[in-house]
Amino acid sequence: MSPNDLRLFIQFTMTGISEGALLALIALGLVLIYKSTDVLNFAHGEFMLLGAFITWDLMVNYQLPVLLALPLAGAIMILVAIAVERLMLRPLIGKPVISIIMVTIGMSSVIHAIVGAIWGPKRQVLPQLFPEILEGPGLRIFVEGVRRPAQMSYERIYWVLVAIVLVLLFVLFFRRSRQGIAMRATADDQQAAMSMGISIQRIFAITWSVAALTAGVSGLMVADFDTVSTSINEVVLRAFPVIILGGLDSIAGAIIGGMIIALTEQYVSGFIDPSLKNVVPYLVLLLVLMARPYGLFGEKIIERV
Amino acid sequence: MNRRMLELNNVEVIYDDVILVLKGLSLQVEEGQIVALLGSNGAGKSTTLKAVSGLLVPEDGEVTDGSIEFLGQMIHNQEPSRIVRKGIFQVMEGRRIFEHLNVEENLRAGAYTTPHRQQISEKLALVYEYFPRLAERKQQVAGFLSGGEQQMLAIGRALMATPKLMLLDEPSLGLAPLLVQEIFQIIERINQEQGTSILLVEQNARVALRIAKHAYIMENGRIVMDGTPEELSDNADVREFYLGFTERGQRKSYRDVKHYKRRKRWLS
Repeated sequence: MSPNDLRLFIQFTMTGISEGALLALIALGLVLIYKSTDVLNFAHGEFMLLGAFITWDLMVNYQLPVLLALPLAGAIMILVAIAVERLMLRPLIGKPVISIIMVTIGMSSVIHAIVGAIWGPKRQVLPQLFPEILEGPGLRIFVEGVRRPAQMSYERIYWVLVAIVLVLLFVLFFRRSRQGIAMRATADDQQAAMSMGISIQRIFAITWSVAALTAGVSGLMVADFDTVSTSINEVVLRAFPVIILGGLDSIAGAIIGGMIIALTEQYVSGFIDPSLKNVVPYLVLLLVLMARPYGLFGEKIIERV
Repeated sequence: MNRRMLELNNVEVIYDDVILVLKGLSLQVEEGQIVALLGSNGAGKSTTLKAVSGLLVPEDGEVTDGSIEFLGQMIHNQEPSRIVRKGIFQVMEGRRIFEHLNVEENLRAGAYTTPHRQQISEKLALVYEYFPRLAERKQQVAGFLSGGEQQMLAIGRALMATPKLMLLDEPSLGLAPLLVQEIFQIIERINQEQGTSILLVEQNARVALRIAKHAYIMENGRIVMDGTPEELSDNADVREFYLGFTERGQRKSYRDVKHYKRRKRWLS
């Protein structure tokens, strides 16, 4: 391996990790909803879109400081999620899951159209979100014999940290908190959960709120890596192989799947051919599914014999 | 005289708007009592429990007539989450533990309506005292427990909620006779030590009558007979159809069954 190849390898790895953190965060939102309601939420990308545009609007048009804009945007996302749950999903409780999935598909086009109508198709630049504690262009790694370093901007490093913190919070929430355990119980057996006094409606409302929040954060992440635009939602297409690879109901699967897919994308497009970038994740997916049909960490159906 | 805890009056339950399952059922549970509800398959025992706990609703069932009163309050057709908070907890048929959660998480799910951490850890200690086997398996995924352990977990989960009235739906289902003994002893202890009233649905009439203060016999959505266990055990029909004896007090042989099928007197 030549020194330059080594530099490229380090570069692709660093980019891959930040992209992987993004995919993992998106996958987390999808897994969350799938885990507690058995629904694959096709409107997740549009929640991302909303999160990014609302934050941008608050910061640019209303001139709010970051520390005010972010919580406010979060609150709006929760309100949207609760409204969606009340008006569109609650009437469907007890109906076949496929009808709810169809509703999320419809919802995705509606939200997309609303966002387009309010904020227009123009690409916008998101103001700086993170404080500039460290100066300079970012983390640089030099390889002997090559003048150009492999580098990663501080922005991306911050986002990786944000993703790590969010994931840890998730794990703690599901393992320790009363609502988290109730959510997993509901996913396991709804009627039995009801017999514990758990209100299914309440659990669904919490689930959708938390999922909408993570969607908003990941939308912001895409917007910060690139621009605020109405094509942010397309990133979700890259997260679908992640959740299937990792197992639809596994948080660990979402993280590791996200990393595997993002790194593969980077190495393949960098070393082999950029046009293969969108194909290879699905090839990896097929290979994994042949060996492990539940995905890497999917819940197996427990059967005592 | 004991206070009246639960009173069902002429309860009628209809599933899917057409199927009449309970046809005017009345029964009472007094405070601190174990009451058994016996009957064959499809008599409507589980439906009765679900009508009390509110779990009919997700099955598209509804109390259409009569009333269910708990400590003086009407509770029929209320949300199960409200009924659990009032102090009624149903242990569903077939155990229905959360398979992918570990033992302790299952118990914590049972304490969902108990917000105080302090109280939850006290209750956990109590459950582990009643069921030492669960204490050994705290971190084990519940789906891999044995049938008996799962039933213990299901009852332990109910204890976590500190109910005033526990509804047990066939705790003996699919368990070996020795385990059934063990579990019924613990049910009796819970009743005596915690003062929990219990409404027990069973097909195994023999074990149920052993611990109950009062028993009802149900057929076709109605109560056909009730009394103390002694009264019922002396009744010829109960002896024949629920306890499996002939009038002479011996086990029935197959030849007799073939020869002459006794009619239940309460049907005529």
